[in-house]
Amino acid sequence: MLSIKNLHVSINGKKILKGVNIEIKPGEVHAIMGPNGSGKSTLASVLAGKEIFNVTEGKIIYSGEDLFELNPEERAKKGIFLGFQYPVEIPGVSMINFMKTAVNEQRKYKGLKPLSAADFLKLMREKKELVELNSALTNRSVNEGFSGGEKKRNEIFQMAMLEPKLAILDETDSGLDIDALKVVANGVNKLKTKDNASIVITHYQRLLDFIVPDFVHVLYNGKIVKSAGKELALELEEKGYEWIKKELGE
Amino acid sequence: MAKEQDKIIKEVTQSDYKYGFVTDIENDTIPRGLSEETVKLISAKKNEPDFMLEFRLKAFAKWKTMKMPNWAHLNIPEIDLQDIIYYAAPKPKKKLENIDEVDPELRDTFNRLGIPLNEQKILSGVAVDAVMDSVSVKTTFKETLAEKGIIFCPFSEAVIQHPDLIKKYLGSVVPHGDNYFAALNSAVFSDGSFVYIPKGVRCPMELSTYFRINAANTGQFERTLIIADDDSYVSYLEGCTAPMRDENQLHAAIVEIVVMENAEVKYSTVQNWYPGNKEGKGGIYNFVTKRCICKGDNSKISWTQVETGSAITWKYPSCILRGNNSIGEFYSVAVTNNYQQADTGTKMIHIGKNTKSTIISKGISAGKSQNSYRGLVRILRKAENARNFSQCDSLLLGDRCGAHTFPYIEATNNSAIVEHEATTSKIGEDQIFYCNQRGISTEDAIGMIVNGYAKEILNKLPMEFAVEAQKLLQISLEGSVG
Repeated sequence: MLSIKNLHVSINGKKILKGVNIEIKPGEVHAIMGPNGSGKSTLASVLAGKEIFNVTEGKIIYSGEDLFELNPEERAKKGIFLGFQYPVEIPGVSMINFMKTAVNEQRKYKGLKPLSAADFLKLMREKKELVELNSALTNRSVNEGFSGGEKKRNEIFQMAMLEPKLAILDETDSGLDIDALKVVANGVNKLKTKDNASIVITHYQRLLDFIVPDFVHVLYNGKIVKSAGKELALELEEKGYEWIKKELGE
Repeated sequence: MAKEQDKIIKEVTQSDYKYGFVTDIENDTIPRGLSEETVKLISAKKNEPDFMLEFRLKAFAKWKTMKMPNWAHLNIPEIDLQDIIYYAAPKPKKKLENIDEVDPELRDTFNRLGIPLNEQKILSGVAVDAVMDSVSVKTTFKETLAEKGIIFCPFSEAVIQHPDLIKKYLGSVVPHGDNYFAALNSAVFSDGSFVYIPKGVRCPMELSTYFRINAANTGQFERTLIIADDDSYVSYLEGCTAPMRDENQLHAAIVEIVVMENAEVKYSTVQNWYPGNKEGKGGIYNFVTKRCICKGDNSKISWTQVETGSAITWKYPSCILRGNNSIGEFYSVAVTNNYQQADTGTKMIHIGKNTKSTIISKGISAGKSQNSYRGLVRILRKAENARNFSQCDSLLLGDRCGAHTFPYIEATNNSAIVEHEATTSKIGEDQIFYCNQRGISTEDAIGMIVNGYAKEILNKLPMEFAVEAQKLLQISLEGSVG
């Protein structure tokens, strides 16, 4: 589904990713771990199409297409979803209006008719229950005045609404207490099918107690330095990132 | 993505103003230039009674002693007032059967503007006075309204048919020598609308005037007078467009409103004069004086304006709150793009006791435009318990535009409570990217964000026009972030 080959990315001349390779198949959950500043969020942003980054080398093939040929909204319509680390506030734009526009844009792309108001509200209700999102939040403006936890939950809610093929969750666990973490993880697990895949980016192992990955990659200094099964996460938790550095002879 | 945005910018800046066409119709015009003779000629063209000519000449004499104001935050090129045609009336191609018939050419023009003049086809519940250049072309639903005693007719007709009302109220809110442009208008105004709502009558439909500049080298100087007698209510809407021309055209209008005891007037404007092209060439210079007096106790005026057009906008719809417990409201969205300049706001003059005013102004600037809010809240000595709340927000798109706020407060009564809030924000790349990531295009994202920002104001417009205004905002700004 997603094939990242020898990806080099820089911003303002500073090299951030220095040759990343990852293969993801439908149905898989990949965790990307690494210390702060290793390039995790950059990878997520490049996948979603944020323009401030400069891809200097390598390619990304998504469902048979060159990802760099697609602008961010095309990527979204083709099923790539990014759960933001810091979701922005959009004052004056109601969650309902925002979500309705997003859902209908995607339907239009698939050749489907826009949802009727009644069907849309029904869908909202279902998905809100799934992620245990407080009803009142969807009546407010997008992320405006939401607490950190509410913002993250709202990201998972949007993911549930859009049912992406490839979900990228960028540090969704940061700033969540353990209950909220469970709710978020629960949402992700419920949305998992054999046809879609997710990339879970995290600094800590604890999220992976609830979302069990098929693969764990360690991103360090712009490169994937270690890939293995879920046990790698536990090992990292135990030994810390210093262990990786030592192994690399640094 | 950058490429995509460039494309959008291009598309939009090249095709944005869809009302820019010219109607090919013969005009009855007078020679260029402004003199006492011009004033007399206009008055004669309109077969006006003597009192009107006297009013005009008085205004002209005053105007000659005045200078163009330069206090606004505007860069106004010199306007050669001798190079303007002060009267242009579309001349019908054939002799029309009766006065209610409209020349097909003109009917087509207004159809293209989305203003059908045929009462069967017209937006239900809206009566329209269509004004092209210096004359009113057609007023719909006149008879229906007359049954309730409501007068809604071209200004020039009111001068002849209702001279007593005109004599009593003309210049009573905006005196003939009020300011440079008001004096000019008072001397040379050609047409406009007149509205009178009798005591106790609630006007059953929206009244609307649509102003169209068509002829080249002309100025438009219209005048609107609205009188709402005791216990009456009316909602009035004004729309305006003009062809795309390389030279600038002057529009200097006056709106006067008188609201009596327990009466209420809602006045909404969707101003969409041609703003000039993306290099700042052409466009309308819009210098307008709008003022309302809340004369009676418990009277209310509400101004709502959506300003997207004009190369230069100079406009401060004002409220004189003389009646006790009277209420003045001003809701404004002003959008500037490319090289447009706007200096707009309001004046709230509190005279009566327990008078209340609310000002909500939302400026949106894009391109290389300059957008200023200028507002005065004055509370006079006798205005016990006066209240004002002002909120002025500015939204910037890009980093080459400017937003400015000039609030003035003068309170001479200690019981007054005046609140002022102001914010400035920028549409962030991050907000747009967030929308993009959910499958929403940049264009739609800007539209959504801007409409969200202006929602409070758009909600004040009559339903049919709110939708129109929303689209207009989006068109005016498409492609302005890149």
